[in-house]
Formats: sequence, structure tokens, C-alpha cells
Amino acid sequence: MTEEIARPVTIDEITCPVQADCEVSAVKRLSERLYELVMTAPELAVRARPGQFVHVLCGGETFLRRPISICDVSGGSLRLVFQVKGAGTAWLSERAPGDMLDVLGTLGNGFRLSGLGARPVFVGGGIGVPPLLLAMKAARAQGAAPAAILGFRSRSAVILESDFTALGNTEVTTDDGSYGIHGFVTGLLERREYTSVCACGPKGMLRAVAALAERAGVPCQVSLEERMGCGIGACLGCACALRDTDGGLRYGHVCKDGPVFDAKEVVWE
Amino acid sequence: MKDAVRMNLAVEFCGVTLKNPITVASGTFGFGHEYGQFFNPSALGGISVKGLTPYERLGNPPPRIAETPAGMLNCVGLQNPGIDRFITEQIPYLRQFDTAIIANVSGNTVEEYCGMVEKISDADVDLIEMNISCPNVRCGGMAFGTQPHMVDEVVSAAKKYAKKPLIVKLSPNVADIAEIARAAVGAGADALSLINTLLGMRIDVETRRPVLSNGMGGLSGPAVLPVAVRMVYQVRQAVQVPILGMGGISTGRDAVEMLLAGANAVAIGAALFRDPLCPVKVLAELKHYLAEHHIEDVNTLSGGVVL
Ligand SMILES: Cc1cc2nc3c(=O)[nH]c(=O)nc-3n(C[C@H](O)[C@H](O)[C@H](O)COP(=O)(O)OP(=O)(O)OC[C@H]3O[C@@H](n4cnc5c(N)ncnc54)[C@H](O)[C@@H]3O)c2cc1C
Ligand SMILES: Cc1cc2nc3c(=O)[nH]c(=O)nc-3n(C[C@H](O)[C@H](O)[C@H](O)COP(=O)(O)O)c2cc1C
Ligand code: FES
Repeated sequence: MTEEIARPVTIDEITCPVQADCEVSAVKRLSERLYELVMTAPELAVRARPGQFVHVLCGGETFLRRPISICDVSGGSLRLVFQVKGAGTAWLSERAPGDMLDVLGTLGNGFRLSGLGARPVFVGGGIGVPPLLLAMKAARAQGAAPAAILGFRSRSAVILESDFTALGNTEVTTDDGSYGIHGFVTGLLERREYTSVCACGPKGMLRAVAALAERAGVPCQVSLEERMGCGIGACLGCACALRDTDGGLRYGHVCKDGPVFDAKEVVWE
Repeated sequence: MKDAVRMNLAVEFCGVTLKNPITVASGTFGFGHEYGQFFNPSALGGISVKGLTPYERLGNPPPRIAETPAGMLNCVGLQNPGIDRFITEQIPYLRQFDTAIIANVSGNTVEEYCGMVEKISDADVDLIEMNISCPNVRCGGMAFGTQPHMVDEVVSAAKKYAKKPLIVKLSPNVADIAEIARAAVGAGADALSLINTLLGMRIDVETRRPVLSNGMGGLSGPAVLPVAVRMVYQVRQAVQVPILGMGGISTGRDAVEMLLAGANAVAIGAALFRDPLCPVKVLAELKHYLAEHHIEDVNTLSGGVVL
């Protein structure tokens, strides 16, 4: 390979994503289908911003990479928390320390940290909870007093509670009442005071959270999901409907314009 | 790298010199910005840009992507900013690079194709690639590229407006690709590119609904390589013009296979999504193959399949 070919065009070392070979340092089963994977990835760790994701090449029968949010960064390591859904995440859950992963990152626009105010609240649902951890950490680091409201289906699905508790007041709800408060995150959010909302989870939850934030007159950011091809904005595969400033509909792209969007922009259908 | 003493990688493609036969396929490389973060696009022989239409197109609703064994389906639906914004906003960016710009254009009527070809001819691009897999709205939405008489009509009309070499990109969703190729060349195509995606469909067995918003979508990736090689081979037997071969290429050996079948240059598409450096690696592997086989000129591979 000549040098000319190897050198990327964009010189900005920190915002330019890279393809990194990362060594798995730990894989832990959190519950039946939920796993935590830590990998040594110094090149990605310096780039990671809260709400960003990585695009992981999985083995087995998969062709496309799988997008997974960055849950936490410490030292030169990235922590991912994921749910086994199909072939890709199943393969990922079977990794062992010492295995290498081919990872693109860090990708997307994360949570905007300016304008969170003194008391931001982080609202997560199920497997949408992980990316909020790094965001809440960042909010705290900039002097805010963040809180978290985390919703899960049932007791066995609860993840990361102690990590969130260490960062601020954390309330957990379960749909079936088997743990924490019986009910949905929106039930709690309605009764809390906050200066901004950052949310990630199922679309129905995001929509309800966005409506409450709007009623409360505070800014709300939501992290969306869509099936991805390239993960970097080239294939236009991960479309999501957005409202233009003039009210018209357009398709933005979760991987490049998002995954975090201003809730006011999102067309909920 | 121990290159052969003198190795020629350059390909003359209907009057345009491609510095090497490795290009990237329309719709998989955007306008170059994204993959430009991973490697310098000047490494490529050419870039075929996202398919352009007369006006901005929103594209289809999500989901637009579905995975398949060794490949993927897409129904992006030609989302693009329209040809005018391409010309003013994207060409200056692409021109920074020492690589051929291939403008991929689409239309829904013969007039639209003519207008696109006329307009893009006056812009600073090197080659025009006419995607004829689009539905003809005057013919019940049947794709132009599926009927020899429609191919003849649209290509001969558009050719009159072409001031740059005109590549016609063929749809593989036909009974006889050679017949379509002959129609395109008879109507004035300076070169052919193939294959576009194969029409496919996936159904979610839990919801019983199609996975893609559009129901059906185009299949690409390694799964289609043998189909593409076969079609390039058949087209090479039928016509003399240069062929840009694509469909499922992800390694240097895949590229060699496509060249041997009859392509003069190749394009890489979906494989980029797995490996952003794929085109650079394919080029390195191609050079390695040439060195290993003591081949001094890549052009000698073209059509070199031994029967
Ligand atoms: C920006 C972003 C961040 C994400 N972060 C996380 C995370 O931190 N933890 C986590 O557990 N999951 C996360 N997901 C969802 C995760 O990407 C999917 O669950 C995963 O791709 C499923 O792959 P699979 O092979 O296991 O399942 P399969 O069902 O075999 O997947 C088949 C295809 O569908 C796609 N797909 C399926 N479900 C989804 C989905 N919900 N979103 C996008 N594509 C999907 C896959 O990418 C693949 O192409 C995130 C998704 C996005 C878009
Ligand atoms: C996401 C995606 C978008 C595409 N968009 C276009 C397009 O706009 N115009 C076009 O002529 N072909 C388009 N194609 C087809 C490719 O250019 C190429 O012909 C096809 O994917 C086969 O090559 P591959 O198997 O290497 O991907 C697209 C393919 C993909 C995967
Ligand atoms: S996944 Fe390709 S544009 Fe988002």
C-alpha cells in the first residue's frame, strides 16, 4: 500500500472515525439475554462522545456490521451492553477475553451537552439504557446534578442500576412491578422537575417522553434506532423521518445526523 | 511491496483513462465524503456517485435495509439532492481527487433521461452512467431496462444529448441479458455496466410482513457474484464495448474473476459496508495477483477466461 492510499483525506484526528482492531478484555452475562463486553480500544476511547455508537463486524452468518451504543469509556477501554437478538449479537456474546473485534467508530452525533441545564434527567427504556450512562457521567462532570429514570420489562431485565446510582438520583420502574416502582417511566417523569431530557428506548416511550418534555417546556433529545448498512452516511439506508424547519418532511439518517435528535425534529407517525 | 518492474494498471475506458480498474459502485459511496475519512479517493480508478434525478428525491420510508445470506437488500429509493445541487455542491469536492467522476443518472420518462444527460454533459464529470433499472411511468412502471425496445428507445434518445461517454447500466432482472446489451449498444451506448441489484424480498416470519418498507428491494453483496460473473461473460460474448463489471466483489480475486469474464474495469459496492478499506485492499490484492502471475498489463486479463 502506498502512503498516498493509506492517508485519509480528513486530517481532524479526533472527529474522523477509524477502523480499529480491538481486543476483548471481558465479557459478562448480566442476565438471560443481556451481556456486557469490554474491549481495549484506545483509538476509539479518545473519540467517544456520549450517545455515539460503534459499528461492529460480527462473525457467523452476518454480512452487515451491527451498531452498538457506547455505554461507558474508561482508560483506553470501551464498554458495550447489548441484548442478544439474532445472529450478530449472539456471536458477540460468545466472545472471550483475547479475541479481536473489527470495530468502526466512533460514529454519529451524540447528546449535545450544552443546554442541559442544572438538573437534566436521563430517561431510558430497556436496551436503550446503556448509552445514557456515559451521557449522565458527562453531565455530572460539567457540574450538573443529573437524575435517571430507567424502565424495564421485569426484574430480570434490569441493568446498570448501580452505575447510574453512583452518578445521581436513580429511579427504576418495571412494567410488571417485579422490581422498583410498578409502572412506566413516563408516570414518574410527569411528577419530576428537570431542566432537560435525554432519552433512549422504544419509539413509543420516546414519543411519550418527548410529549411530556414539550408540555414542561424543556429541551428533549432522543436517540433513535434504524437498520444500518454502512453506518457512516454513505448508503442512505438508515432513514428516519424528520420535520424540516419549514414543516416539510425529509429523511435524515440515524448514523450520521443522529442517532441523537432534537425531539422536535422527529416525525413520530 | 515488490511490484513487478513495470506493471500497467491503467485502463482506457471509452476514451477516459482510469488509473486502475477499481471503482466504487453508485449508491454505496455517496459523493465520497464518508469513505474519504478512511482512505484517499485518489486511490480509485473512478467513483460512481449516488444515482441522480432531475429534482431532489426523498427516497422510501424505513426500513430500507435487510440482511440476507452473504448480502443485503435495499430499497433506498434514489434519495438524492437532485442533479443541480450535485453539480454545484458535489463536483467541486470530488474534483479535488485524482479519479474519474462517473455521474449516475436516473429518470422515469425518456424526456427525463434526455434532460439529465444533456445537463450532466455540460458539467465537469468524466463519464455518464445511465441507470435504466428505473420504472417507466408511461409503461405501467415496468423498468426501462427489461425490454429491448424500451432500452433502444431511451438510450438512442439520451445518446443524442450525450457529450461525454455514455455507460448504460443494465438490470439483471431480465431473461436474456445479451439481448438487452445488444439493444443498448445498438442504440449508441459507449460502454455497459452491470449488474445492478437483483430484485428480492424478505418476510419477517413473526409479523408476516415484508422486512422492507417497499416490500421488495435490490439484492447485492457476495451472494450475487456468480450471477454477475455469468452476465458479464454473456454480455462480453455479445458486444465489443468496454464493460464495467460489478456485483458481489469483495476481494482481489473476485475482481480478477470479473475481469476474466470480460469486464475492463470493476466496481465495488456493498462490500464497502463490511470493510471501508475494501477497494484499497482489492487493488493491493489485484497487484499481488498480477505480480504473482508475471502479468505486466492488467488489460490482458479482460475476457481471459479459458473455456
Ligand atoms: C445507533 C444504534 C445503537 C444501538 N445500540 C445498541 C446497544 O447499545 N445495545 C443493544 O443491545 N442494541 C443496540 N442497538 C440495536 C442492535 O444494533 C440490534 O439489536 C442488532 O443489530 C441486532 O442484530 P442481530 O444480528 O443480533 O439480530 P438480527 O435480528 O439477526 O438482525 C438482522 C438485521 O436486522 C438489523 N436489526 C435488528 N434489530 C435492529 C435494531 N433494533 N436496530 C437496528 N438494526 C436492527 C441488524 O443490524 C441486522 O441487519 C442499536 C442500534 C442502533 C441503530
Ligand atoms: C444501498 C445501495 C444503493 C444503491 N444505489 C444505486 C443507485 O443509486 N444507482 C445505481 O445505478 N445503482 C445503485 N446500487 C447498485 C450498485 O451500484 C451495484 O450495481 C450493486 O449493488 C451490485 O454491486 P455490489 O454487489 O458490489 O453491491 C445501489 C446498491 C446499494 C447496495
Ligand atoms: S447506515 Fe448507511 S447511511 Fe446510515
